[in-house]
Amino acid sequence: MTEPIFDVQGLRYRNGKNQILQDITVQIEQGANLTIAGPSGSGKSTFLRILATLLTPTAGVVKFNGKKQSTYPKPVYRQQVSYCFQQPTLFGETVRDNLKFPFEIRNQTFDETKALAALDSVELKAEMLDQPIIELSGGEKQRVALVRNLLFKPQVLLLDEISAGLDVDTKGVVHRLIQSYRESGVTVLSVTHDESEIAAADDLMRIRDGKIEVPAHE
Amino acid sequence: MNNLIVSPTALAFAVILVVIALAINLKEKIGLERDMIIGVIRAVIQLTVVGYVLTYIIKVNRIWLTGLMVAIIIFNAALNANKRANGIPHAFVISLLAIATATLITILLLVIAGAVRFTPSQIVPISGMIASNAMVAIGLAYRSMNTSFHDQRQGVLERLALGANLKQASAHIVQMAIRTGMAPTIDSAKTVGIVSLPGMMSGLIFAGVDPTKAIMYQIMVTFMLLAATSIGSVIACYLAYPRYYNSDMQLRDKSLNSAK
Repeated sequence: MTEPIFDVQGLRYRNGKNQILQDITVQIEQGANLTIAGPSGSGKSTFLRILATLLTPTAGVVKFNGKKQSTYPKPVYRQQVSYCFQQPTLFGETVRDNLKFPFEIRNQTFDETKALAALDSVELKAEMLDQPIIELSGGEKQRVALVRNLLFKPQVLLLDEISAGLDVDTKGVVHRLIQSYRESGVTVLSVTHDESEIAAADDLMRIRDGKIEVPAHE
Repeated sequence: MNNLIVSPTALAFAVILVVIALAINLKEKIGLERDMIIGVIRAVIQLTVVGYVLTYIIKVNRIWLTGLMVAIIIFNAALNANKRANGIPHAFVISLLAIATATLITILLLVIAGAVRFTPSQIVPISGMIASNAMVAIGLAYRSMNTSFHDQRQGVLERLALGANLKQASAHIVQMAIRTGMAPTIDSAKTVGIVSLPGMMSGLIFAGVDPTKAIMYQIMVTFMLLAATSIGSVIACYLAYPRYYNSDMQLRDKSLNSAK
């Protein structure tokens, strides 16, 4: 049996007086496609943010590829475990500024061909590269943000309700792109409220009041 | 120099100017009269004390005493810059380091170049000018950083989530803060002689110095302040921005922690 990509043991998270996560224990296999559902405030986004190291748990251990999260340099870890926000913010002035950033943080020269291919994968035209970000629609912004996360293929994609508020066509484009990454071996964990996404889930984990209600694999 | 006479009577008459300002304040209900009175009293006391202290320091002409006076100026400037930091951890130490480095490097270069001599009558006033300009620049830079880290929080979080290191996640905020800190000095350099006749130059001309020589000094002061504010702002900003993060490379502010 292969080592799980995430091994989460006794995870707790407290914010002030609020105990948001209580004793979460779960293993997530390499290449899994796990959908995380639950009511608002149940702790599912917090769980995802802890996996992304954007929050530090109050107690418990998260192992990534068999090693404790804390042993990885944070930038290296976050480039491999890529977190996508529900309402992303684009940087700078144009779409180009956003797609240059992943190259800059890796000390690489901007590869325009790669960026254009990535835009094409979410059905955005090449002319959009130099379009001011203030002219983009919500769906276009979300797709540019997703491309920004996926220009360099991560091992894990953490999706925090990224299709919420998108129209049906844009949802379809986003789902197809994520599916293609999943098929290429990327582990995908997505938080959602969308009943159709929950119904179509390969693997479902429900969180309620900071506890796992339905564990993965069941 | 004999034409430079401000008698106590003349100063007393100048109080009328303060009374005019106070009257306007009261009539327009601006509410600054208390601060104005405190400001006037403090200015009179502080300047009188420093006048006697400077007279003594110039008279005895000891290196250690000059150094002590410079140190006091830098310490007070750092205390004041710290007040603008609005909770940035270790802001006093950062400000002290930034202002001390800016002041000492600038003075050292001026002394090496022969532009000023290491005498209290030159070193103390020049240190005051440098430290106060660096203090204002650093204060503005702190305010800019606080505002940007608050308003652009989501953008910083996204940069971190993409795998940026702290410098990459903060670069745009730090650049903006340094620009903001240096802006008054640069604006003043652009308009010097056209809009303003700066205090030092005016003072020298008042005191009977040939205006061309006074202008040479002013050019030196302009260059000196550009160097000092840039050194001070850069050091303060680069030491301060990591304080917005914790050891797990997360933003310290609490809004992310409210995620459910």
